[in-house]
Amino acid sequence: MADTVATPKAHGHVEHHDVDYLHDGSLLSWLTTVDHKKIGVMYLWSVLFMFFLGGVFALLVRLELFAPGKTIMDAETYNKVFTLHGAIMVFLFIIPSIPAALGNFVLPLMLGAKDVAFPRLNLASFWIYVVGALIAVTAMVTGGVDTGWTFYTPYSTTTDGSVALMTFAAFVLGFSSILTGVNFIATVHKLRAPGMSWFRMPLFIWSMYSTAIIQVLATPVLAITLLLLIMERTFGVGVFDPKLGGDPVLFQHFFWFYSHPAVYIMILPGMAVISEVIPSMSQKTFFGYKATAFSSVAIAIVSFVVWGHHMFTSGQSQLAGAVFSFLTFLVGIPSGIKVFNWITTMYRGSISLQAPMLYALMFLILFGIGGLTGLFLGALSVDIHLHDTYFVVAHFHYVMMGSTAIAFLAGLHYWWPKMFGRTYNETAARISAILVFIGFNTTFLPQFLLGSRGMPRRYYDYLPEFQFLHQVSTVGSWILGLGFLIMAGYLFASLRKKMDAPANPWNARSLEWQIASPPITHNFHETPVVTTEPYDYYRPFEPSVKEHH
Amino acid sequence: MNFLRDWMMPMQASEHAAKVDNLYLFIFLLTLAFFILIVYLTVHFAWKYKRKQEGVLTVNLQHNLALELIWSIIPLILVIGIFFWGFNDYAAASVAPNDALEIHVTGKKWNWTFEYPDGTRSIKSLHVPVNKPIRLIMTSEDVLHSFFIPSLRVKQDVVPGRYVDLNFTPTVAGKHQVFCAEYCGRDHSGMLGDLYVDTPAKYAEWLEKGDEELYKMKPADLGRDVYVRAGCQSCHTVDGSKGEGPSFKGLFGRTEKFRDGSTAVVDENYIRESILNPQAKVVAGFEPVMPTFQGLLREIEIKGVIAYIKELK
Repeated sequence: MADTVATPKAHGHVEHHDVDYLHDGSLLSWLTTVDHKKIGVMYLWSVLFMFFLGGVFALLVRLELFAPGKTIMDAETYNKVFTLHGAIMVFLFIIPSIPAALGNFVLPLMLGAKDVAFPRLNLASFWIYVVGALIAVTAMVTGGVDTGWTFYTPYSTTTDGSVALMTFAAFVLGFSSILTGVNFIATVHKLRAPGMSWFRMPLFIWSMYSTAIIQVLATPVLAITLLLLIMERTFGVGVFDPKLGGDPVLFQHFFWFYSHPAVYIMILPGMAVISEVIPSMSQKTFFGYKATAFSSVAIAIVSFVVWGHHMFTSGQSQLAGAVFSFLTFLVGIPSGIKVFNWITTMYRGSISLQAPMLYALMFLILFGIGGLTGLFLGALSVDIHLHDTYFVVAHFHYVMMGSTAIAFLAGLHYWWPKMFGRTYNETAARISAILVFIGFNTTFLPQFLLGSRGMPRRYYDYLPEFQFLHQVSTVGSWILGLGFLIMAGYLFASLRKKMDAPANPWNARSLEWQIASPPITHNFHETPVVTTEPYDYYRPFEPSVKEHH
Repeated sequence: MNFLRDWMMPMQASEHAAKVDNLYLFIFLLTLAFFILIVYLTVHFAWKYKRKQEGVLTVNLQHNLALELIWSIIPLILVIGIFFWGFNDYAAASVAPNDALEIHVTGKKWNWTFEYPDGTRSIKSLHVPVNKPIRLIMTSEDVLHSFFIPSLRVKQDVVPGRYVDLNFTPTVAGKHQVFCAEYCGRDHSGMLGDLYVDTPAKYAEWLEKGDEELYKMKPADLGRDVYVRAGCQSCHTVDGSKGEGPSFKGLFGRTEKFRDGSTAVVDENYIRESILNPQAKVVAGFEPVMPTFQGLLREIEIKGVIAYIKELK
């Protein structure tokens, strides 16, 4: 059965054609599947579990900071908890969330393909992710890690705990990310349906394609860096530790050479989802299609030359600081263009305010804050003051969580009926969305103020003058947690219903909405022929997928 | 605008701080304007074009060159302007004048120590004269730290194996907060410092005699102060529990057994020797990891520590 997707000609039964991909629910069929949809769903449950775990650590961090001094844990535990929060959220949740979970499911459908280009490689990348996650969990329970998710040397090579194991986990997870990227690039190049030219691809594909390029080019640098770190820590090979003749600032260059592009590995997929949800929920032609498509590629390219803006206070040369500052400002422009394009797409549309669109609107506002506060941090003299304070913490949470995670939720609510063939309770979804929005802003807006007033990040204890804002922030984290609790409730409830989702609940035009919900195992009965632009909402719908009789 | 600045920023204690705040406020107002525009358009469109009936076709607006050029070029000009503004202030603050007063700073988990041109040293408290350019020459003995003075808007990572500069000219006398801003482990959030900006006369007097409070305090109170300030508390508890070094509780008068098998009774001379030459006698069961405080503590401070330990019965 596992081979049917790779060799689609090997069968011809009509009944078999009509079986949806969820029909064979045996455990073995899931664990050994090469169906991109099942792999996407397995990724989805994995990243949602990791989001839950990282979220629990986040709540613990906020609870500890409710009052200065010891509240619920000692300093050493706190340092481990915030490290695990960061490492889990970055490596196990955000990076795989949209590409590996939603992207795996949606990308081949949108292209009119039966699967990704390399289905077995796709399954391998999922299992590599699982192995990486298990190694990370082993590191957590055998000593923990207290370095922060950035593993800065020489602290990371001298502290106790399972640092080598944790960095090895990140090393392994990197390969999962690279393989997904390779697969998507090949799929976009080779498996587009007849008639789907590059400029007829939905913008989701453009953004995922740009993401894949960064994944393939940048992740190996992280792998090399982490390997060098493990060598230094385990065998005493001097690379980063000055006591062994190394240079600790070199580690930061290596680390951010990957991790800044990685910021775009995280945000570009968010932009991908928003670029689908807004035109579809607004029933409107996308405004500035080409500008948005090229902006994705431009962001991918420029993202490789801005890493030094994480290091303005590190001791790198002033000239380097100036160059990185200038390039950083340039990378803001394509993002700004996208925001204006999304907003203008809504102009004179027919806008539905159902859950996916609520999340897309939240994205526009939160990404607006996340992006605009980047201007403070790009300006050299101002960054020197704000660097490593709560201002930075607030800024990147607006980008990582307020933008990418919110876009992930927009996509989750948008494609949920397609993935599982079931609708969720719309009222509960709206209440949850509003709680998430209020909770998020209550948690993170005060942190900008904490930071500009001088509160450093990664502090277990703090001066009494910062207490009020910390308490507001902690209360916000509870509201946020409540919002997610409600979400978990209605999403699980929907899975217990009979399948009730229509094929196209949003009246959308991309190919995945022209097939059944949930899709059949081979996606399309016949290869679709694309004759229209992706967002032709100004004229009557001409389906590219033929009705099956 | 001053109320906004006072609300968002710490006090200004140098001309550089005022320059940073001006740019900060400029970016704040500019981004606020853009943010209001984004929110207004988003909410306005979402409300005005809310779906009234299903299945309608909408207008075909694919692009508008003039509009797209406007929203690409205006932000581009603005950000390039911000870049030059930020770069100018940064470059000006990076250079120390020739007559700058040079003070060496050493970061070590989890304390700052300072060495002045005349050989004076201090822990945690950095004293400088007001209105005089200061150049800190900084290094670390272990991991990365970062020397951060919010009221001066300056910050510099302190890197082991090399010297890095931090320049400022404080214009406001008084006590200013210093933080460690680069994560450095367990007591990172306790790695604080105090910057005392003194009048020239007071600075000269301080170099000569140290803090005048030292002479007013009871010896045991002074000792407790040193215990916290010099970082003794990182390793030595006062409640009898085991740390990286022996607890101070009940220490005085006890007979200690050392790693080489010899023993001694803890008296004033033993404590003094352990502070100034800690490797001379290392208590059995502990590692020889304590640094020397030779030159870092004044005679009166050592007497204070002895008095404090005597009290911890």
